[in-house]
Amino acid sequence: MGELKLMKGNEVIAEAAIRCGCDGYFGYPITPQSEVMETLMAREPWNETGMVVLQAESEVASINMVYGAAATGKKVMTSSSSPGISLMAEGISYIAGAELPCVIVNVQRGGPGLGTIQPSQADYFQSVKGGGHGDYHLIVLAPASVQEMNDFVDLGFQLAFKYRNPSMILADGAIGQMMEKVQLSDFKPRMTAEEIDAKYGSWATNGKKPNRERNIATSLEMDSAKMEANNKRFQEKYAKMQAEDVLYETIRCDDAEYILVAFGVSSRICQKAVDIAREKGMKVGLLRPITLFPFPKQIIGEMAKRVKGFMTVEMNAGQMIEDVQLSVGCAGCAVPVKYFGRMGGIIPTPSEVVQALEQKLIGG
Amino acid sequence: MDVKDIIKPENLVYEKPGMLTANTMHYCPGCSHGVVHKLIAEIIEDLGIQEKTIGVAPVGCSVFAYNYIDIDWQEAAHGRAPALATGISRTNPDKIVFTYQGDGDLASIGTAEIMHACNRGENFAVIFINNGIYGMTGGQMAPTTLLGQVTATTPYGRDAERNGYPLKITELIAQLPGTSYVTRQSVHTPAAIRRCKKAITKAFEAAMDKKGTSFVEVVSTCNMNWKMTPVQANQWMEENMFPFYPPGDIKDGSKADPASFKQN
Amino acid sequence: MTEELIIAGFGGQGVLSMGKILAYSGVMAGQEVTWFPSYGPEMRGGTANVTVILSDKRISSPIINEFDTAIILNQQSMDKFEKMVKPGGTLLYDPNGITRNPERTDINLFKIDGTKIAADLGNVKIFNMVVLGAYLKAKPVVNIDSVEKGLQQSLPARHHKLIPLNLAAVQKGYELLESVTTL
Ligand SMILES: Cc1ncc(C[n+]2csc(CCOP(=O)(O)OP(=O)(O)O)c2C)c(N)n1
Repeated sequence: MGELKLMKGNEVIAEAAIRCGCDGYFGYPITPQSEVMETLMAREPWNETGMVVLQAESEVASINMVYGAAATGKKVMTSSSSPGISLMAEGISYIAGAELPCVIVNVQRGGPGLGTIQPSQADYFQSVKGGGHGDYHLIVLAPASVQEMNDFVDLGFQLAFKYRNPSMILADGAIGQMMEKVQLSDFKPRMTAEEIDAKYGSWATNGKKPNRERNIATSLEMDSAKMEANNKRFQEKYAKMQAEDVLYETIRCDDAEYILVAFGVSSRICQKAVDIAREKGMKVGLLRPITLFPFPKQIIGEMAKRVKGFMTVEMNAGQMIEDVQLSVGCAGCAVPVKYFGRMGGIIPTPSEVVQALEQKLIGG
Repeated sequence: MDVKDIIKPENLVYEKPGMLTANTMHYCPGCSHGVVHKLIAEIIEDLGIQEKTIGVAPVGCSVFAYNYIDIDWQEAAHGRAPALATGISRTNPDKIVFTYQGDGDLASIGTAEIMHACNRGENFAVIFINNGIYGMTGGQMAPTTLLGQVTATTPYGRDAERNGYPLKITELIAQLPGTSYVTRQSVHTPAAIRRCKKAITKAFEAAMDKKGTSFVEVVSTCNMNWKMTPVQANQWMEENMFPFYPPGDIKDGSKADPASFKQN
Repeated sequence: MTEELIIAGFGGQGVLSMGKILAYSGVMAGQEVTWFPSYGPEMRGGTANVTVILSDKRISSPIINEFDTAIILNQQSMDKFEKMVKPGGTLLYDPNGITRNPERTDINLFKIDGTKIAADLGNVKIFNMVVLGAYLKAKPVVNIDSVEKGLQQSLPARHHKLIPLNLAAVQKGYELLESVTTL
């Protein structure tokens, strides 16, 4: 185990990247996540591990630099906040289409447009449903603490390489800006050229060797039948994620009659709301999806058979609620699914959540 | 004498470069892309760098460049090839990287990416095919389309008021301190092809020697979309393109050296 | 033990760094900690505040409806946060930034003349450490050893020579805390 530190979520992303053997980071400044690149530049990891850090001319460029490096089998990442992620949408779609692994961090702020710089979860749809064009999904991890900002960098890369698919760490301004106690990870060495050849030689475009065919990183396929076969392969990959890599946490759900569903910083608020509601005699529990894609459908379906209702708490106009409704419906249940949230960069307070629970679900 | 007597190895005077694949090219007869592909294939073979070279293909007619040259390739989104090449060369400094881009790709949608890559002096070569038109999408105006030139979106000729002016992107690139070698070539005669081969070789060598960005524009024809025969297209190019895009070296020196900037 | 604290004042009073040193002291004492700042445009020239939570359990919400303790260093913050202290909670303020004294009768009120004490110690920059010392007298959530370790962790090495001065300021604040009674 690495050292115990007090760090900001954004700083931890940088430190975790260096420690997990990341080969490169390409980014463009935007609040509230600029500390990621600032920390990297101050740490000068090129002296320590050989990791490359480059400030690109735009998010369009940074995601495409990620593409180029990722296609050579390197472990590379970028980070941004909402408006920058919109600019990256094209590149992300190409990376998913070319089946390349990488990590993209979105420290969300309020939108649409330039919006606010305060925390938000309004990019849920954009992150879990695709974001760019075409039928694809990202693996989406939602950290709820600074510790998870550390842990999910490595996990994000593991899943990205397992599926040759981009992973997104979907954080928000609150998790990015807050400091918490964090147990840093041990250093993992960067992979050598020989290791990359041995592991990813079947696809990495790192120079054609005499013992293999040339590799081509592309998302283009002129023949529709072949493209459909590609699409089917992608879908199988997403189904495999659903079967093998769903992550979630339940808090006080065993005897709960009502379930709050929340991710990221909202789940922290709900944890307190659960305590307050329990003190008032309401039997409430919290389900926290950790992977937003693949979504924890199954557990929600199971819960739907025994609870009286769900309420999602989101810092958006009600986006994840659609996935909860689908999960409940798919389980053949008809319990109510309600939503409570704040927008524009406002974080709901625990007592607001309890009040909404009483008004929308328990009282109603 | 029988054919069999003639096609003996000792009589061989010309053959397909070993680095070209057996795939049939999709380019129109008369197109310059095929000639430049062949040059690149020859150069990779001459320099013995197949195992170290990574090409980045654009969006445009040359999107399928990766089907023709026997090396590892990446296919970029429209205009983004210099960003991919930056990512590749930064994390793989031992590799030789080049982009191959059209004028719509490089001088319109990808202007920011090429400018900043060249300004940072990224260590890769850029092969820039300027045919004055969008070939792949059916002959629309490109940033390099000449004033008065008829295209699908300038059916009465490019008008400066409506469409702005043709862009001499290569002259702009030459101003950037990150570039070491910037040249304009063509491939319409055997002599021009030889000169162009020298220029591309030099650009690849600059990339190998980490001299910053090297940039070769090839003024090209698109006889299909210009609606001409290949011969007419070559003639039209000499008469109309060359006065505005004169062939020759624009900068030949070293990165960050103002003295290396030679006014044309 | 869980302590939910807001520290609020002007940008430049060392509000955020005081919170950070307290949080780091908590880490050194083996506690769970969360430091959650107000960030963005409101920071520039205006008020700055930070929520610090110290606990021996996993910390839930960084957003707090009512605080166990409020440390208040200017009038805007008094107006905003006095009412957010839990009944039975604690409010500590520096009278220098205040035009209206706190009025709550259901909480424990303390004051510290941090501005003057820091000036007397010869360095106005350690104002926030004086206030921290006063707070630790009112709410002994961490001991002085942990504060010393917290300072070592949160200050860059080139500033470590200032640690004794900072600790002296904490000590002075600890000694000079005044209890206030409202009528
Ligand atoms: C984002 C985006 N916009 C538009 C297109 C459509 N498109 C494909 S190729 C092309 C123009 C290519 O022209 P050029 O770069 O001059 O290359 P050429 O085909 O002439 O060789 C366009 C506009 C696209 N593929 N992607």
